[in-house]
Amino acid sequence: MTGLKHLLAASTALAFCAGPALAERGADGELKIIYWQAPSTMNPFLSGGTKEVEAASMVIEPLARYSNTGEIIPALAAEIPTLENGGISEDLKSITWKLKTDVLWSDGTPFTAADAIFTWQYCTNPEGGCAQGAYFDGVANMEALDPHTLKITFTEAKPFPYTALVGSESPIIQAAQFAECTGSRAPECTEQNFNPIGTGPFRVVEFRANDVITLEANPNYRDPAKPAFATVTFKGGGDAESAARSVLQTGEFDYAWNLQISPEVLNEMEAAGQGKVVVAFATSVERILVNFTNPDPALGPDERSVWKEDGSNAHPILSDIRVRKALSRAIDPVILTEIGYGKTGRPTCNVLPGPDIYVSTANEACKTQDLEEAKALLDEAGWVPGPDGVRVKDGKRLSFLYQTSTNAVRQEFQAIIKEWWSEIGVETELRNISASVFFGGDPNSPDTFQKFYADIEMYTNNFSGVDPEAYMAQWTCEKAPRPATQWQGENINRFCSAEYDALAAEFSRTAGLEARAEIAKKMNDILMQEYVIIPLIHRGGTSAHANSLGGVLINDWDSELWNIADWHRVK
Amino acid sequence: MLRYAARRLLISIPTLLAISFIVFALLDLAPSDPTANLPLTIPPEVREKIRLSLGLGEPFIIRYFKWLEQFLINEPLAVLEQMTGLTIGDSENRLRVLSWATRSPVTDLIVERLPQTLWVVGMSYVVAVVIAVPLGVISAYRQYSLFDQIGTFISMLGFSIPTFFTGLLLIVIFSVWLGWLPSIYDTTHVVEDWDSFWFQVKQMAMPTMVLALANASQISRFMRASMLDNLTQDYVRTARAKGVRERTVVLLHVLRNSLIPVVTVIALGVPTIFGGAIVTEQIFRVNGIGALLITGIESNDIPLVQTLTFIFAILIVVFNLIADLLYGVLDPRIRYD
Repeated sequence: MTGLKHLLAASTALAFCAGPALAERGADGELKIIYWQAPSTMNPFLSGGTKEVEAASMVIEPLARYSNTGEIIPALAAEIPTLENGGISEDLKSITWKLKTDVLWSDGTPFTAADAIFTWQYCTNPEGGCAQGAYFDGVANMEALDPHTLKITFTEAKPFPYTALVGSESPIIQAAQFAECTGSRAPECTEQNFNPIGTGPFRVVEFRANDVITLEANPNYRDPAKPAFATVTFKGGGDAESAARSVLQTGEFDYAWNLQISPEVLNEMEAAGQGKVVVAFATSVERILVNFTNPDPALGPDERSVWKEDGSNAHPILSDIRVRKALSRAIDPVILTEIGYGKTGRPTCNVLPGPDIYVSTANEACKTQDLEEAKALLDEAGWVPGPDGVRVKDGKRLSFLYQTSTNAVRQEFQAIIKEWWSEIGVETELRNISASVFFGGDPNSPDTFQKFYADIEMYTNNFSGVDPEAYMAQWTCEKAPRPATQWQGENINRFCSAEYDALAAEFSRTAGLEARAEIAKKMNDILMQEYVIIPLIHRGGTSAHANSLGGVLINDWDSELWNIADWHRVK
Repeated sequence: MLRYAARRLLISIPTLLAISFIVFALLDLAPSDPTANLPLTIPPEVREKIRLSLGLGEPFIIRYFKWLEQFLINEPLAVLEQMTGLTIGDSENRLRVLSWATRSPVTDLIVERLPQTLWVVGMSYVVAVVIAVPLGVISAYRQYSLFDQIGTFISMLGFSIPTFFTGLLLIVIFSVWLGWLPSIYDTTHVVEDWDSFWFQVKQMAMPTMVLALANASQISRFMRASMLDNLTQDYVRTARAKGVRERTVVLLHVLRNSLIPVVTVIALGVPTIFGGAIVTEQIFRVNGIGALLITGIESNDIPLVQTLTFIFAILIVVFNLIADLLYGVLDPRIRYD
């Protein structure tokens, strides 16, 4: 009923607009979206999960966001600050955002730079447990030069300053609403966390945690003709397969998110003709990591898989590049893609698969499997076939422990790769660990991916946004997880190279897209040509939408719902 | 009887306290991390801050007593306040059991989920009983007849086919092929007229039937076995010899006596209604208590899982007691004092 009322209100408001309106706010009725993982809050700062971030992106907006091509476009900002237009200072230590002046919150109050500053303070409060704190790293201060000009200063030169308040993971919340909810009180503000006031095209009518969100068109949205839909029902729960079915086969829903299901099943459902499967590729790469330190169980906790600066604890077998290369040459990423991902993935030879400007073309050979070359490499390294087919050298067997998280596709990959490796005389012991333990990061557990108590492990990683600086800096020496760092750190391989570290340092000082791309490619090529990482699949975000839903531009750089204001019913 | 009930109630207090400790300890000591499901792009320092903000910095025993206080004192008070609109004591600063994933009070989530669980799972239990009792009676009375054979066959199917299969089968038939029934339950639907009532019936049909099949199979087997036991008893022969009508013999004498064990079975099954039918709720997205438990487990939302598990424990203890007492009421030969 309330939807109808707003629809009426919106159309009355429109009647006052001059000129012919092509579209009308709320004219297309209800939009039904299904996310099989249900959002548990509408405050992305308290959750960090993709489902919460995407649900919230319909309501709260950042200064700028990324389009489906990975290009940065203004949202609440009037324009993107650059060196050329003077928005970024010459010393790269500050950025000045001009905000749109006519934006209202859904409660009718004006949006100003004070809200942006509040958001920064909210998220950087040490007691708040903000999940998006990394976006504000290096921010020294934020100040409002006037109500619609925001100046962000950084502690040191920041060649890529589009982090704080950019993208769906770092949106702006209303200062007035959250004023009492900072620090340790943040989690107790259930009402605010469930019903944030926003500037986006929709506002929350009812939020049922882990179940369903009802939204309606924001009457104060800055474009009077949008959104085309009057209400959104955002249902959660169940599993990916039935979510796909509800869009592609029964037509009960208009849009289904994250459909990681077997390619045959998805193709069969799409054949029903109710809707389309859409895939977007950003930065997710399923990869095999090689351990550069010795994971021998006989070693003590301060030795096992622990990186030593003097290189004394190197992996006895895998520190030989020929062995690493042989393992890579024996894998066929094309077949793996066909089996595990279909059109939702594509084989890749880079650990940095996008945006396009950063993609290296120097490593394409990895896409063709060459078992003979792999065997020759092992021969050359002195590994000779033993009586049971497994290669031996100095009484040692060429045998590896290969671990990953529990997941049907990963276990299938493990079995196939084990088979390929056995053909070149490598023995593989497989192990899978529950995802919550493997990715859990508990320093007391021996089974986390950080501890890496195995020779080889496999998982997917990515970076958010479009700038790979922090991502590529993961493989610098000092980022190796070890007891001294509570086993935290992103250099899971324990790879250490002076040349690589120097490039990472240079990367953090260099401005200008071209120059940065050059360095990123070089770093990627080192990782690839040293066979630190064996990339397998460039994974896409897969969703499905009904044929009657128009305007969907699937986006893996930002929220998939980034342009929901433009979605409409195809007549 | 009253003394017996009071004694049983008193004994259940230490039992429940022991259960609460085991539930809390098991979940707390199990390797799990509330930040495990967050994207890998979130750095470890931020994760540590999130963990601290969830209260994980304190020692185990302190967290246990805090939780116990919140569960036994603060939550009932909060629910009471919400129901009556009164303010009792310092309700502003009263700490409630907060779910880690949603950061909202666990009881609010449970209260929000109860209606759909009671409607769907409760209705399926009613349907199951209504089907199972006559089925069991006729099957036993006409033992080895065609009806009995078919009934046995169907209940064997219900027993052996898991609900995730029957659920999927029904969806494929009624939603995909025929397009008659919705495959996804709309929890926001409000019944206000005949049309919306009809929609509610349609959306409840599949989950209710799936669960009813499974429940009815069990209850009907109990009913049949119990009837068969009684039909051969001497008192039945005596009644028949006295010339009592067959109808009266079966429905009055045999059925009544056969119901005694069946009623206890039904009473003991009631807690499972509140437990929700975890799998079925997931398939049809009924998003009741069962689905809440699953999402809690998946996202390592330990306070939510602890609270739900403990509530189930309380229900089981209470319904055990009720079943025992009912037994005495139905069968005057049983006296507890």
